[in-house]
Amino acid sequence: MRTLRLAASQVRWVNTSFWRNPSRAFFTFAFPLMFLVIFCALLGNGTVDLGPVTVNQSTYYVAAMATFGVISACYTNLAISTSFQRESGQLKQIDGTALPSASFLVGRIVHAMAMGALLVVITAAFGRIAYQAQVPSGITLVEVLVMMVVGSAAFCALGLALSAAIPNADAAPAIVNASILPLLFISGIFIPFGTDTPQWIKWVADVFPVRHFALGMQAGFIGTPFHWSDVAVVAAWGLLGLLLAVRFFSWEPRR
Amino acid sequence: MATGTDLAVEVRGLTKRYGDLEALGGIDLEIRRGEIFGLLGPNGAGKTTTVEILEGYRDRDGGTVSVLGYDPATERPEILLRAGIVLQSTGVEPYLSVRETLRMYATFYPSPRPVDELLELVGLADKRDERVNHLSGGQQRRLNMAMALVGDPDLLFLDEPTTGFDPSARHEAWAVVKDLASLGATVVLTTHYMDEVQFLADRVAVIVKGHIVAEGPPSALGLDHAVRTRIRYRPPAGVDVPDRFRGEAAADGFVVIEDDEPVRRLHELTGWALEAGVDLDDLEVSRPSLEEVYLQLTDGAPATPTPGSAPEAGA
Repeated sequence: MRTLRLAASQVRWVNTSFWRNPSRAFFTFAFPLMFLVIFCALLGNGTVDLGPVTVNQSTYYVAAMATFGVISACYTNLAISTSFQRESGQLKQIDGTALPSASFLVGRIVHAMAMGALLVVITAAFGRIAYQAQVPSGITLVEVLVMMVVGSAAFCALGLALSAAIPNADAAPAIVNASILPLLFISGIFIPFGTDTPQWIKWVADVFPVRHFALGMQAGFIGTPFHWSDVAVVAAWGLLGLLLAVRFFSWEPRR
Repeated sequence: MATGTDLAVEVRGLTKRYGDLEALGGIDLEIRRGEIFGLLGPNGAGKTTTVEILEGYRDRDGGTVSVLGYDPATERPEILLRAGIVLQSTGVEPYLSVRETLRMYATFYPSPRPVDELLELVGLADKRDERVNHLSGGQQRRLNMAMALVGDPDLLFLDEPTTGFDPSARHEAWAVVKDLASLGATVVLTTHYMDEVQFLADRVAVIVKGHIVAEGPPSALGLDHAVRTRIRYRPPAGVDVPDRFRGEAAADGFVVIEDDEPVRRLHELTGWALEAGVDLDDLEVSRPSLEEVYLQLTDGAPATPTPGSAPEAGA
Protein backbone atom coordinates (compact mmCIF):
# COMPACT_ATOMS: atom_id res chain seq x y z
CA MET A 1 0.00 0.00 0.00
CA ARG A 2 2.78 2.39 1.04
CA THR A 3 4.75 1.20 -1.99
CA LEU A 4 1.85 2.02 -4.32
CA ARG A 5 1.17 5.39 -2.70
CA LEU A 6 4.83 6.33 -3.05
CA ALA A 7 4.88 5.07 -6.65
CA ALA A 8 1.96 7.39 -7.41
CA SER A 9 3.73 10.36 -5.86
CA GLN A 10 6.90 9.45 -7.79
CA VAL A 11 4.91 9.69 -11.04
CA ARG A 12 4.06 13.29 -10.15
CA TRP A 13 7.67 14.21 -9.35
CA VAL A 14 9.00 12.53 -12.49
CA ASN A 15 6.43 14.44 -14.50
CA THR A 16 7.38 17.78 -12.91
CA SER A 17 11.02 17.28 -13.75
CA PHE A 18 10.27 15.83 -17.22
CA TRP A 19 8.62 19.02 -18.44
CA ARG A 20 11.38 21.19 -16.96
CA ASN A 21 13.85 19.76 -19.43
CA PRO A 22 12.29 21.41 -22.48
CA SER A 23 14.61 19.97 -25.10
CA ARG A 24 14.04 16.44 -23.88
CA ALA A 25 10.28 16.88 -23.69
CA PHE A 26 10.17 18.60 -27.07
CA PHE A 27 12.13 15.97 -28.94
CA THR A 28 10.32 13.07 -27.30
CA PHE A 29 7.13 14.48 -28.80
CA ALA A 30 8.50 16.10 -31.94
CA PHE A 31 10.36 13.09 -33.25
CA PRO A 32 7.41 10.86 -34.17
CA LEU A 33 5.41 13.81 -35.53
CA MET A 34 8.37 14.96 -37.58
CA PHE A 35 8.75 11.48 -39.08
CA LEU A 36 5.02 11.38 -39.76
CA VAL A 37 5.21 14.64 -41.70
CA ILE A 38 8.29 13.52 -43.64
CA PHE A 39 6.92 10.11 -44.57
CA CYS A 40 3.53 11.51 -45.55
CA ALA A 41 5.18 14.25 -47.61
CA LEU A 42 7.34 11.71 -49.41
CA LEU A 43 4.82 8.92 -49.84
CA GLY A 44 1.47 10.22 -48.59
CA ASN A 45 -0.48 9.80 -51.81
CA GLY A 46 0.31 6.15 -52.34
CA THR A 47 -1.44 3.16 -50.86
CA VAL A 48 -0.30 0.23 -48.79
CA ASP A 49 -1.61 -3.26 -49.44
CA LEU A 50 -2.11 -4.95 -46.09
CA GLY A 51 -3.73 -8.10 -47.46
CA PRO A 52 -7.34 -7.81 -46.35
CA VAL A 53 -7.35 -4.01 -46.71
CA THR A 54 -5.58 -1.40 -48.73
CA VAL A 55 -5.04 1.94 -47.01
CA ASN A 56 -3.52 5.34 -47.72
CA GLN A 57 0.13 5.73 -46.87
CA SER A 58 -0.83 8.51 -44.44
CA THR A 59 -3.20 6.27 -42.51
CA TYR A 60 -0.54 3.58 -42.43
CA TYR A 61 2.05 5.98 -41.09
CA VAL A 62 -0.21 7.43 -38.39
CA ALA A 63 -0.48 3.92 -36.92
CA ALA A 64 3.23 3.25 -37.47
CA MET A 65 4.36 6.51 -35.90
CA ALA A 66 2.04 6.00 -32.93
CA THR A 67 3.81 2.65 -32.49
CA PHE A 68 7.20 4.33 -32.85
CA GLY A 69 6.18 7.01 -30.33
CA VAL A 70 5.35 4.44 -27.66
CA ILE A 71 8.62 2.62 -28.27
CA SER A 72 10.71 5.77 -28.02
CA ALA A 73 8.86 7.10 -24.94
CA CYS A 74 9.13 3.76 -23.15
CA TYR A 75 12.11 1.79 -24.39
CA THR A 76 14.51 4.44 -25.71
CA ASN A 77 13.86 7.17 -23.15
CA LEU A 78 13.78 4.91 -20.12
CA ALA A 79 16.94 3.03 -21.09
CA ILE A 80 18.90 6.22 -21.76
CA SER A 81 17.64 8.23 -18.79
CA THR A 82 18.18 5.30 -16.41
CA SER A 83 21.76 4.93 -17.64
CA PHE A 84 22.32 8.63 -17.14
CA GLN A 85 20.82 8.60 -13.64
CA ARG A 86 22.96 5.62 -12.73
CA GLU A 87 26.14 7.28 -13.94
CA SER A 88 25.40 10.59 -12.21
CA GLY A 89 24.85 8.83 -8.88
CA GLN A 90 21.13 9.59 -8.68
CA LEU A 91 20.21 5.91 -8.49
CA LYS A 92 22.67 5.18 -5.69
CA GLN A 93 21.44 8.25 -3.84
CA ILE A 94 17.79 7.16 -4.02
CA ASP A 95 18.78 3.58 -3.13
CA GLY A 96 20.03 4.91 0.21
CA THR A 97 16.66 6.35 1.21
CA ALA A 98 13.51 4.79 2.62
CA LEU A 99 11.82 4.98 -0.81
CA PRO A 100 11.12 1.37 -1.84
CA SER A 101 12.95 0.40 -5.04
CA ALA A 102 9.68 -0.78 -6.54
CA SER A 103 8.06 2.63 -5.98
CA PHE A 104 10.91 4.37 -7.73
CA LEU A 105 10.87 2.03 -10.73
CA VAL A 106 7.09 1.74 -11.04
CA GLY A 107 6.85 5.53 -10.87
CA ARG A 108 9.20 5.85 -13.83
CA ILE A 109 7.50 3.06 -15.77
CA VAL A 110 4.02 4.50 -15.29
CA HIS A 111 5.21 7.95 -16.31
CA ALA A 112 6.85 6.59 -19.47
CA MET A 113 3.64 4.68 -20.31
CA ALA A 114 1.62 7.84 -19.83
CA MET A 115 3.96 9.77 -22.14
CA GLY A 116 3.62 6.97 -24.69
CA ALA A 117 -0.17 7.17 -24.46
CA LEU A 118 -0.09 10.95 -24.84
CA LEU A 119 2.07 10.53 -27.93
CA VAL A 120 -0.45 8.11 -29.44
CA VAL A 121 -3.25 10.59 -28.82
CA ILE A 122 -1.26 13.49 -30.30
CA THR A 123 -0.19 11.45 -33.32
CA ALA A 124 -3.74 10.27 -33.95
CA ALA A 125 -5.15 13.77 -33.59
CA PHE A 126 -2.47 15.23 -35.84
CA GLY A 127 -3.02 12.49 -38.42
CA ARG A 128 -6.76 13.02 -38.30
CA ILE A 129 -6.48 16.77 -38.80
CA ALA A 130 -3.60 16.93 -41.24
CA TYR A 131 -4.14 13.74 -43.25
CA GLN A 132 -7.76 12.74 -42.57
CA ALA A 133 -6.34 9.46 -41.31
CA GLN A 134 -8.56 6.92 -39.57
CA VAL A 135 -8.47 6.95 -35.81
CA PRO A 136 -9.70 4.07 -33.67
CA SER A 137 -13.23 3.95 -32.28
CA GLY A 138 -15.55 1.32 -30.84
CA ILE A 139 -14.13 -2.20 -30.54
CA THR A 140 -10.92 -1.27 -32.35
CA LEU A 141 -10.34 1.40 -29.72
CA VAL A 142 -10.47 -1.30 -27.05
CA GLU A 143 -8.02 -3.39 -29.04
CA VAL A 144 -5.62 -0.54 -29.50
CA LEU A 145 -5.81 0.26 -25.77
CA VAL A 146 -5.02 -3.32 -24.80
CA MET A 147 -2.08 -3.44 -27.19
CA MET A 148 -0.89 -0.04 -26.04
CA VAL A 149 -0.89 -0.89 -22.34
CA VAL A 150 0.73 -4.30 -22.82
CA GLY A 151 3.21 -2.94 -25.35
CA SER A 152 4.26 0.14 -23.43
CA ALA A 153 4.72 -1.86 -20.22
CA ALA A 154 6.74 -4.48 -22.10
CA PHE A 155 9.00 -1.91 -23.76
CA CYS A 156 9.56 -0.21 -20.40
CA ALA A 157 10.68 -3.52 -18.91
CA LEU A 158 12.93 -4.17 -21.91
CA GLY A 159 14.38 -0.65 -21.62
CA LEU A 160 15.22 -1.18 -17.95
CA ALA A 161 16.73 -4.56 -18.75
CA LEU A 162 18.85 -3.06 -21.50
CA SER A 163 20.04 -0.26 -19.21
CA ALA A 164 21.59 -2.94 -17.00
CA ALA A 165 23.80 -3.93 -19.94
CA ILE A 166 24.90 -0.37 -20.74
CA PRO A 167 28.39 0.22 -19.30
CA ASN A 168 28.24 4.02 -19.10
CA ALA A 169 26.00 6.94 -20.00
CA ASP A 170 28.13 8.00 -22.98
CA ALA A 171 27.47 4.65 -24.62
CA ALA A 172 23.74 4.67 -23.85
CA PRO A 173 22.32 6.42 -26.95
CA ALA A 174 24.49 4.37 -29.31
CA ILE A 175 23.60 1.05 -27.68
CA VAL A 176 19.91 1.84 -27.39
CA ASN A 177 19.66 2.96 -31.00
CA ALA A 178 21.70 0.00 -32.24
CA SER A 179 19.28 -2.33 -30.47
CA ILE A 180 16.05 -0.74 -31.67
CA LEU A 181 16.64 0.94 -35.06
CA PRO A 182 17.28 -2.26 -37.03
CA LEU A 183 14.12 -3.77 -35.52
CA LEU A 184 12.10 -0.69 -36.44
CA PHE A 185 13.33 -1.01 -40.03
CA ILE A 186 12.69 -4.73 -40.41
CA SER A 187 9.30 -4.53 -38.68
CA GLY A 188 7.61 -2.27 -41.20
CA ILE A 189 7.58 0.84 -39.02
CA PHE A 190 9.39 3.10 -41.47
CA ILE A 191 9.03 1.03 -44.64
CA PRO A 192 5.82 -1.02 -45.10
CA PHE A 193 6.25 -4.64 -46.07
CA GLY A 194 5.54 -5.19 -49.74
CA THR A 195 5.08 -8.24 -51.90
CA ASP A 196 8.83 -8.34 -52.57
CA THR A 197 9.89 -8.18 -48.90
CA PRO A 198 12.34 -11.07 -48.34
CA GLN A 199 10.92 -13.92 -46.32
CA TRP A 200 13.89 -13.95 -43.92
CA ILE A 201 13.18 -10.38 -42.87
CA LYS A 202 9.66 -11.39 -41.93
CA TRP A 203 10.95 -14.41 -40.01
CA VAL A 204 13.42 -12.33 -38.05
CA ALA A 205 10.85 -9.63 -37.40
CA ASP A 206 8.38 -12.26 -36.15
CA VAL A 207 10.78 -13.30 -33.42
CA PHE A 208 11.02 -9.82 -31.89
CA PRO A 209 8.28 -7.77 -30.23
CA VAL A 210 8.30 -4.66 -32.47
CA ARG A 211 6.49 -6.27 -35.40
CA HIS A 212 3.80 -7.81 -33.19
CA PHE A 213 3.29 -4.55 -31.33
CA ALA A 214 2.99 -2.70 -34.66
CA LEU A 215 0.43 -5.22 -35.97
CA GLY A 216 -1.69 -4.82 -32.85
CA MET A 217 -1.63 -1.03 -33.08
CA GLN A 218 -2.37 -1.26 -36.82
CA ALA A 219 -5.38 -3.43 -36.14
CA GLY A 220 -6.72 -0.76 -33.81
CA PHE A 221 -6.08 2.11 -36.18
CA ILE A 222 -6.76 0.54 -39.54
CA GLY A 223 -9.08 -2.37 -38.88
CA THR A 224 -6.77 -5.18 -39.97
CA PRO A 225 -7.41 -8.42 -38.06
CA PHE A 226 -6.46 -8.23 -34.39
CA HIS A 227 -4.60 -11.29 -33.14
CA TRP A 228 -4.26 -12.01 -29.46
CA SER A 229 -1.13 -13.93 -30.37
CA ASP A 230 0.52 -10.59 -31.13
CA VAL A 231 -0.37 -9.37 -27.64
CA ALA A 232 0.95 -12.63 -26.19
CA VAL A 233 4.31 -12.35 -27.95
CA VAL A 234 4.77 -8.76 -26.80
CA ALA A 235 3.75 -9.72 -23.25
CA ALA A 236 6.21 -12.62 -23.27
CA TRP A 237 9.02 -10.26 -24.28
CA GLY A 238 7.92 -7.87 -21.54
CA LEU A 239 8.06 -10.67 -19.01
CA LEU A 240 11.53 -11.62 -20.19
CA GLY A 241 12.59 -7.98 -19.87
CA LEU A 242 11.14 -7.83 -16.37
CA LEU A 243 13.03 -10.96 -15.29
CA LEU A 244 16.30 -9.67 -16.75
CA ALA A 245 15.76 -6.23 -15.18
CA VAL A 246 15.04 -7.71 -11.76
CA ARG A 247 18.06 -9.99 -12.03
CA PHE A 248 20.62 -7.55 -13.44
CA PHE A 249 19.43 -4.04 -12.56
CA SER A 250 22.12 -2.06 -10.81
CA TRP A 251 21.81 1.11 -8.74
CA GLU A 252 25.48 1.96 -8.96
CA PRO A 253 27.73 2.81 -11.88
CA ARG A 254 30.06 0.10 -13.11
CA ARG A 255 33.58 0.51 -11.81
CA MET B 1 32.19 -1.67 27.66
CA ALA B 2 28.82 -0.32 26.62
CA THR B 3 25.83 -2.63 26.62
CA GLY B 4 23.97 -3.58 23.44
CA THR B 5 21.13 -1.11 23.84
CA ASP B 6 23.48 1.85 24.24
CA LEU B 7 25.05 1.09 20.92
CA ALA B 8 23.87 2.55 17.65
CA VAL B 9 26.39 0.47 15.71
CA GLU B 10 28.17 -2.70 16.71
CA VAL B 11 30.68 -4.38 14.42
CA ARG B 12 32.67 -7.54 15.17
CA GLY B 13 35.38 -9.05 13.00
CA LEU B 14 34.21 -7.36 9.82
CA THR B 15 36.09 -8.55 6.74
CA LYS B 16 35.78 -7.65 3.08
CA ARG B 17 37.87 -8.56 0.05
CA TYR B 18 37.78 -7.17 -3.48
CA GLY B 19 39.35 -10.00 -5.45
CA ASP B 20 42.91 -10.34 -4.21
CA LEU B 21 42.74 -7.10 -2.28
CA GLU B 22 41.93 -7.29 1.40
CA ALA B 23 39.86 -4.15 1.98
CA LEU B 24 38.94 -4.86 5.61
CA GLY B 25 40.95 -7.26 7.72
CA GLY B 26 38.67 -7.81 10.72
CA ILE B 27 37.27 -4.60 12.12
CA ASP B 28 35.57 -4.09 15.50
CA LEU B 29 33.57 -0.94 16.18
CA GLU B 30 31.25 0.21 18.95
CA ILE B 31 29.43 3.44 18.29
CA ARG B 32 27.30 4.72 21.16
CA ARG B 33 23.94 6.37 20.72
CA GLY B 34 24.15 10.15 20.59
CA GLU B 35 27.86 10.44 19.95
CA ILE B 36 29.73 11.80 16.97
CA PHE B 37 32.03 9.02 15.88
CA GLY B 38 34.88 9.71 13.50
CA LEU B 39 36.43 7.11 11.22
CA LEU B 40 39.76 8.62 10.31
CA GLY B 41 42.23 7.35 7.78
CA PRO B 42 44.11 8.05 4.58
CA ASN B 43 42.50 7.51 1.18
CA GLY B 44 42.03 3.83 0.38
CA ALA B 45 42.19 2.76 4.03
CA GLY B 46 38.71 1.20 4.00
CA LYS B 47 36.59 4.03 5.43
CA THR B 48 34.04 4.07 2.65
CA THR B 49 33.93 0.28 2.41
CA THR B 50 33.15 0.16 6.13
CA VAL B 51 30.34 2.71 6.09
CA GLU B 52 28.88 1.31 2.87
CA ILE B 53 28.62 -2.08 4.57
CA LEU B 54 26.89 -0.40 7.52
CA GLU B 55 24.54 1.36 5.07
CA GLY B 56 23.78 -1.92 3.29
CA TYR B 57 25.26 -0.88 -0.06
CA ARG B 58 27.90 -3.62 0.11
CA ASP B 59 27.82 -7.19 1.35
CA ARG B 60 30.39 -8.21 3.91
CA ASP B 61 32.53 -11.33 3.65
CA GLY B 62 32.69 -12.05 7.36
CA GLY B 63 31.88 -10.79 10.83
CA THR B 64 28.71 -9.48 12.44
CA VAL B 65 27.18 -6.04 11.98
CA SER B 66 24.31 -4.45 13.87
CA VAL B 67 23.04 -0.99 12.94
CA LEU B 68 20.29 0.35 15.23
CA GLY B 69 19.67 -3.29 16.11
CA TYR B 70 19.27 -4.45 12.51
CA ASP B 71 21.54 -6.40 10.18
CA PRO B 72 22.16 -4.28 7.06
CA ALA B 73 22.57 -7.41 4.92
CA THR B 74 19.05 -8.67 5.63
CA GLU B 75 17.09 -5.83 7.25
CA ARG B 76 18.21 -2.87 5.19
CA PRO B 77 14.75 -1.26 4.76
CA GLU B 78 14.41 -0.99 8.55
CA ILE B 79 17.74 0.81 8.74
CA LEU B 80 16.93 3.13 5.84
CA LEU B 81 13.75 4.27 7.61
CA ARG B 82 15.83 5.37 10.60
CA ALA B 83 19.17 6.45 9.15
CA GLY B 84 20.22 9.30 6.89
CA ILE B 85 23.07 8.87 4.44
CA VAL B 86 25.34 11.49 2.92
CA LEU B 87 27.39 9.70 0.29
CA GLN B 88 30.90 10.73 -0.68
CA SER B 89 29.77 11.63 -4.17
CA THR B 90 26.19 11.63 -5.28
CA GLY B 91 23.69 12.89 -7.82
CA VAL B 92 20.38 14.61 -7.31
CA GLU B 93 17.53 15.03 -9.80
CA PRO B 94 18.64 18.30 -11.42
CA TYR B 95 15.32 19.79 -12.53
CA LEU B 96 13.56 20.03 -9.18
CA SER B 97 14.02 22.98 -6.83
CA VAL B 98 15.73 22.67 -3.47
CA ARG B 99 12.40 22.81 -1.67
CA GLU B 100 10.72 20.33 -4.03
CA THR B 101 13.58 17.89 -3.59
CA LEU B 102 13.17 17.97 0.18
CA ARG B 103 9.38 17.76 -0.07
CA MET B 104 9.79 14.67 -2.23
CA TYR B 105 12.23 13.11 0.23
CA ALA B 106 9.83 13.93 3.07
CA THR B 107 7.23 11.62 1.46
CA PHE B 108 9.57 8.64 1.99
CA TYR B 109 9.46 8.83 5.79
CA PRO B 110 6.73 8.28 8.40
CA SER B 111 7.43 11.44 10.44
CA PRO B 112 9.54 13.86 8.43
CA ARG B 113 11.10 17.01 9.73
CA PRO B 114 9.48 20.27 8.50
CA VAL B 115 11.16 21.24 5.25
CA ASP B 116 11.43 24.96 5.99
CA GLU B 117 13.07 24.29 9.33
CA LEU B 118 15.62 22.06 7.57
CA LEU B 119 16.37 24.73 5.01
CA GLU B 120 17.22 27.11 7.85
CA LEU B 121 19.34 24.49 9.57
CA VAL B 122 21.58 23.86 6.56
CA GLY B 123 21.56 27.49 5.46
CA LEU B 124 19.68 27.07 2.18
CA ALA B 125 16.59 29.10 3.07
CA ASP B 126 17.36 31.79 0.50
CA LYS B 127 17.96 29.11 -2.17
CA ARG B 128 14.71 27.25 -1.61
CA ASP B 129 13.30 27.92 -5.08
CA GLU B 130 16.58 27.47 -6.91
CA ARG B 131 16.86 24.47 -9.23
CA VAL B 132 19.26 21.88 -7.87
CA ASN B 133 21.46 22.12 -10.99
CA HIS B 134 22.01 25.82 -10.30
CA LEU B 135 23.53 25.28 -6.86
CA SER B 136 27.25 25.59 -6.15
CA GLY B 137 29.19 22.55 -4.97
CA GLY B 138 29.03 23.59 -1.33
CA GLN B 139 25.30 24.29 -1.57
CA GLN B 140 24.70 20.88 -3.15
CA ARG B 141 26.56 19.29 -0.26
CA ARG B 142 24.37 21.11 2.23
CA LEU B 143 21.33 19.96 0.27
CA ASN B 144 22.68 16.39 0.56
CA MET B 145 22.77 16.88 4.33
CA ALA B 146 19.23 18.21 4.39
CA MET B 147 18.10 15.22 2.29
CA ALA B 148 19.72 12.86 4.79
CA LEU B 149 18.02 14.65 7.69
CA VAL B 150 14.52 15.01 6.36
CA GLY B 151 13.40 11.66 7.79
CA ASP B 152 14.44 12.79 11.28
CA PRO B 153 17.02 9.99 11.51
CA ASP B 154 18.40 8.42 14.69
CA LEU B 155 21.66 7.83 12.87
CA LEU B 156 23.44 9.92 10.30
CA PHE B 157 26.25 8.69 8.04
CA LEU B 158 28.54 11.35 6.62
CA ASP B 159 31.13 10.03 4.18
CA GLU B 160 33.82 12.70 3.77
CA PRO B 161 31.32 15.51 4.13
CA THR B 162 33.76 18.39 3.60
CA THR B 163 36.23 17.02 1.05
CA GLY B 164 36.76 19.69 -1.57
CA PHE B 165 35.37 22.50 0.60
CA ASP B 166 37.16 25.79 1.11
CA PRO B 167 37.96 26.59 4.77
CA SER B 168 34.92 28.78 5.41
CA ALA B 169 32.55 26.22 3.88
CA ARG B 170 34.13 23.53 6.07
CA HIS B 171 33.53 25.52 9.20
CA GLU B 172 29.93 26.13 8.18
CA ALA B 173 29.45 22.41 7.57
CA TRP B 174 30.99 21.59 10.93
CA ALA B 175 28.58 23.95 12.64
CA VAL B 176 25.70 22.15 10.93
CA VAL B 177 26.96 18.74 12.10
CA LYS B 178 27.34 20.04 15.67
CA ASP B 179 23.76 21.33 15.52
CA LEU B 180 22.53 17.95 14.35
CA ALA B 181 24.31 16.10 17.07
CA SER B 182 22.76 18.45 19.62
CA LEU B 183 19.37 17.22 18.37
CA GLY B 184 20.31 13.78 19.67
CA ALA B 185 21.23 11.88 16.52
CA THR B 186 24.21 9.57 16.38
CA VAL B 187 26.67 10.71 13.72
CA VAL B 188 29.15 8.44 11.95
CA LEU B 189 31.65 10.50 10.05
CA THR B 190 34.51 9.44 7.79
CA THR B 191 37.26 11.85 6.96
CA HIS B 192 40.93 12.12 6.26
CA TYR B 193 41.10 15.52 7.98
CA MET B 194 42.57 15.33 11.43
CA ASP B 195 41.21 18.73 12.45
CA GLU B 196 37.73 17.62 11.41
CA VAL B 197 37.62 14.75 13.91
CA GLN B 198 39.30 16.92 16.53
CA PHE B 199 36.64 19.55 16.18
CA LEU B 200 33.63 17.25 15.75
CA ALA B 201 34.15 13.77 17.08
CA ASP B 202 33.56 12.46 20.58
CA ARG B 203 35.44 9.32 19.69
CA VAL B 204 37.66 8.32 16.80
CA ALA B 205 38.86 5.12 15.22
CA VAL B 206 41.92 5.41 13.01
CA ILE B 207 41.84 2.98 10.10
CA VAL B 208 44.88 2.18 8.00
CA LYS B 209 44.99 -0.53 5.32
CA GLY B 210 41.77 -2.14 6.52
CA HIS B 211 42.74 -2.36 10.17
CA ILE B 212 41.85 -0.19 13.15
CA VAL B 213 45.17 1.02 14.52
CA ALA B 214 43.96 3.35 17.26
CA GLU B 215 40.65 4.14 18.92
CA GLY B 216 39.41 6.53 21.59
CA PRO B 217 38.60 10.18 22.22
CA PRO B 218 40.62 12.47 19.94
CA SER B 219 42.47 13.88 22.95
CA ALA B 220 43.58 10.41 24.08
CA LEU B 221 44.90 9.39 20.67
CA GLY B 222 47.78 11.77 20.59
CA LEU B 223 46.17 13.62 17.73
CA ASP B 224 47.08 16.84 19.52
CA HIS B 225 50.63 15.67 19.76
CA ALA B 226 50.65 14.50 16.19
CA VAL B 227 49.48 17.81 14.84
CA ARG B 228 51.76 19.98 16.95
CA THR B 229 52.65 23.17 15.23
CA ARG B 230 56.16 23.47 13.97
CA ILE B 231 58.31 26.60 14.03
CA ARG B 232 61.30 26.62 11.71
CA TYR B 233 64.07 29.16 11.24
CA ARG B 234 67.70 29.31 10.21
CA PRO B 235 69.87 30.46 13.12
CA PRO B 236 72.27 33.23 12.21
CA ALA B 237 75.93 32.26 12.23
CA GLY B 238 77.94 33.15 15.31
CA VAL B 239 74.94 33.87 17.55
CA ASP B 240 74.43 31.98 20.75
CA VAL B 241 70.82 30.79 20.64
CA PRO B 242 69.25 30.23 24.06
CA ASP B 243 68.54 26.58 24.86
CA ARG B 244 64.76 26.91 24.80
CA PHE B 245 64.86 28.00 21.14
CA ARG B 246 67.36 25.38 19.94
CA GLY B 247 64.82 22.67 19.19
CA GLU B 248 66.11 20.09 16.78
CA ALA B 249 68.56 20.76 14.03
CA ALA B 250 67.36 19.66 10.62
CA ALA B 251 69.68 18.54 7.84
CA ASP B 252 69.03 21.65 5.79
CA GLY B 253 70.42 23.93 8.50
CA PHE B 254 67.03 24.82 9.90
CA VAL B 255 66.11 24.61 13.54
CA VAL B 256 62.75 22.96 14.19
CA ILE B 257 60.71 23.57 17.34
CA GLU B 258 57.48 21.61 17.92
CA ASP B 259 55.04 23.09 20.37
CA ASP B 260 51.47 22.83 21.63
CA GLU B 261 51.46 26.55 22.32
CA PRO B 262 53.03 28.00 19.19
CA VAL B 263 51.78 31.54 19.82
CA ARG B 264 53.61 31.90 23.13
CA ARG B 265 56.78 30.24 21.85
CA LEU B 266 56.81 32.34 18.72
CA HIS B 267 56.30 35.49 20.76
CA GLU B 268 59.22 34.59 23.01
CA LEU B 269 61.41 33.67 20.06
CA THR B 270 60.77 36.86 18.11
CA GLY B 271 61.01 38.92 21.32
CA TRP B 272 64.43 37.49 21.99
CA ALA B 273 65.51 38.04 18.38
CA LEU B 274 64.45 41.69 18.43
CA GLU B 275 66.13 42.33 21.74
CA ALA B 276 69.34 40.64 20.68
CA GLY B 277 69.25 42.35 17.31
CA VAL B 278 69.28 38.97 15.58
CA ASP B 279 67.75 38.28 12.16
CA LEU B 280 65.80 35.01 12.00
CA ASP B 281 66.24 33.94 8.39
CA ASP B 282 63.33 32.16 6.69
CA LEU B 283 61.19 32.01 9.80
CA GLU B 284 58.09 29.86 9.16
CA VAL B 285 55.26 28.32 11.11
CA SER B 286 53.63 25.16 9.76
CA ARG B 287 51.66 22.08 10.60
CA PRO B 288 52.77 18.57 9.70
CA SER B 289 51.37 16.97 6.57
CA LEU B 290 48.75 14.28 6.80
CA GLU B 291 51.23 11.60 5.77
CA GLU B 292 53.61 12.54 8.57
CA VAL B 293 50.79 12.44 11.08
CA TYR B 294 49.59 8.99 10.05
CA LEU B 295 53.14 7.72 10.19
CA GLN B 296 53.35 8.94 13.79
CA LEU B 297 49.96 7.49 14.72
CA THR B 298 50.65 4.12 13.20
CA ASP B 299 54.03 3.85 14.87
CA GLY B 300 53.83 1.08 17.42
CA ALA B 301 50.51 -0.14 16.03
CA PRO B 302 50.20 -3.88 15.36
CA ALA B 303 51.80 -4.68 12.05
CA THR B 304 49.24 -5.16 9.32
CA PRO B 305 49.50 -8.54 7.66
CA THR B 306 50.46 -8.39 4.03
CA PRO B 307 47.88 -9.96 1.71
CA GLY B 308 48.35 -13.70 1.43
CA SER B 309 50.76 -14.01 4.36
CA ALA B 310 48.15 -15.25 6.79
CA PRO B 311 45.51 -17.92 6.07
CA GLU B 312 42.72 -15.80 7.57
CA ALA B 313 40.82 -14.83 4.45
CA GLY B 314 37.07 -15.22 4.79
CA ALA B 315 37.31 -15.85 8.52
